[in-house]
Amino acid sequence: MHEWALAEALISTVTKVLKSERLGKILEIGVGIGELQDIDLEIFKFALMQLRPDYLKDAEFKFKIVKTRLRCRVCGHEWSPRKDELDEGVREAIHFIPEISHAYLRCPRCGSIDFDIIEGRGVWLEYVKGKR
Amino acid sequence: MLRGSGERDLPIGWRDDVMSSELKDVRLSVIDERIKNVKNVIAVSSGKGGVGKSLVASALSLTLARRGYRVGLFDLDLTSPSTHIILDVGKSRPIEDRGIVPPRIHGISYMSITYYSEDKPTPLRGVDFSNALIELMAITRWGDLDFLIVDMPPGISDATLDIIRLIKRSKFLIVTTPSKLAFETVKKLIKLLSDLRVEIIGIVENMKIKESDFIKSNADKLGVKYLGGIEFDEGLEDALGDVEKFSKTEFFREVWRMAGELLRALASGAQ
Ligand SMILES: Nc1ncnc2c1ncn2[C@@H]1O[C@H](COP(=O)(O)OP(=O)(O)OP(=O)(O)O)[C@@H](O)[C@H]1O
Ligand SMILES: [Mg+2]
Ligand SMILES: [Zn+2]
Repeated sequence: MHEWALAEALISTVTKVLKSERLGKILEIGVGIGELQDIDLEIFKFALMQLRPDYLKDAEFKFKIVKTRLRCRVCGHEWSPRKDELDEGVREAIHFIPEISHAYLRCPRCGSIDFDIIEGRGVWLEYVKGKR
Repeated sequence: MLRGSGERDLPIGWRDDVMSSELKDVRLSVIDERIKNVKNVIAVSSGKGGVGKSLVASALSLTLARRGYRVGLFDLDLTSPSTHIILDVGKSRPIEDRGIVPPRIHGISYMSITYYSEDKPTPLRGVDFSNALIELMAITRWGDLDFLIVDMPPGISDATLDIIRLIKRSKFLIVTTPSKLAFETVKKLIKLLSDLRVEIIGIVENMKIKESDFIKSNADKLGVKYLGGIEFDEGLEDALGDVEKFSKTEFFREVWRMAGELLRALASGAQ
């Protein structure tokens, strides 16, 4: 599953922070998750638990789900696509590569395919709390 | 615990605003991991469009695979991919396994955005292009490879800069036509790569229609290895999508010969 790849990426990023900030212990990890990517949070959490190394055993993961916001470059309209409007195959493609949405989504106001993804793509590290 | 001072035992907040963007984007730190067992990454590039990059990348991947090497082909032309047509990848699909594992086509591990975009136009502006590229690199598990061949889009913008930034050890194979118009752009790519200290493993002159040493002499002047010329091949069009036919073309034979030369060059000590 793709969630596993993202979990692996998150853990390797946290490990980099641990080293660069010379933290002895990590207490809390804030993770942002964009809605567009349609991550299965349960699988993602499970993958994190399976993959986390010893030094993350006591760390707590806090998740923040961020709603998708798209803005049309032609008419300026901002909108959030509704998941249930997309069929399964399209959702899966966007799940792997959120930018694929450019092949399937259109501005609901003017029909343009030229839009920016303002918010809600991908998975990112919001913050790390730890002890030196 | 470390370094004494009580103050240091307090939880420290390591917030969004002080985080470098490189750390914030979790995908970047896993890219190296995904290609750590890939010995050589070769970007087939030009700057100029329509010069034969995709055909050279496809033929090179096939010849290396037939010589017994483990080869991956990554179509990075995200808006106008074409290697899936040249190789006729049919109904193959990547496998989901803790990321995605490229399917094997004609002995090559193959990855293209077309598995997800199908035949839909996928217009991508700069940031979106980079994001799609990073996403693909972060989730694709190439495994053990001797060569990962990357089919680059035309131009010297996002894809070129991203591949240099994200895969620091990429080597470039440059394709040009005999035309001074093509070479004008190619020269800029060579200059850019040299400035950034990126290795250029050679230059291929494609679609020759008459004898001329314009490209060779200029390549010599710039200190770039001239790998050879490929003639304009009328039979090539009929061979697109039929790998058996493609392997019998003059084009393919010429790339086969160049691959031999490349292998010798790479073996004789990383130039
Ligand atoms: N030696 C050749 N003889 C005849 N036709 C050729 C030769 N090399 C390439 N072509 C044809 O030229 C066209 C462009 O080739 P190709 O798609 O490989 O170029 P490209 O550099 O990848 O293009 P792009 O910049 O759009 O990615 C194709 O139709 C191909 O069949
Ligand atoms: Mg091409
Ligand atoms: Zn609009």
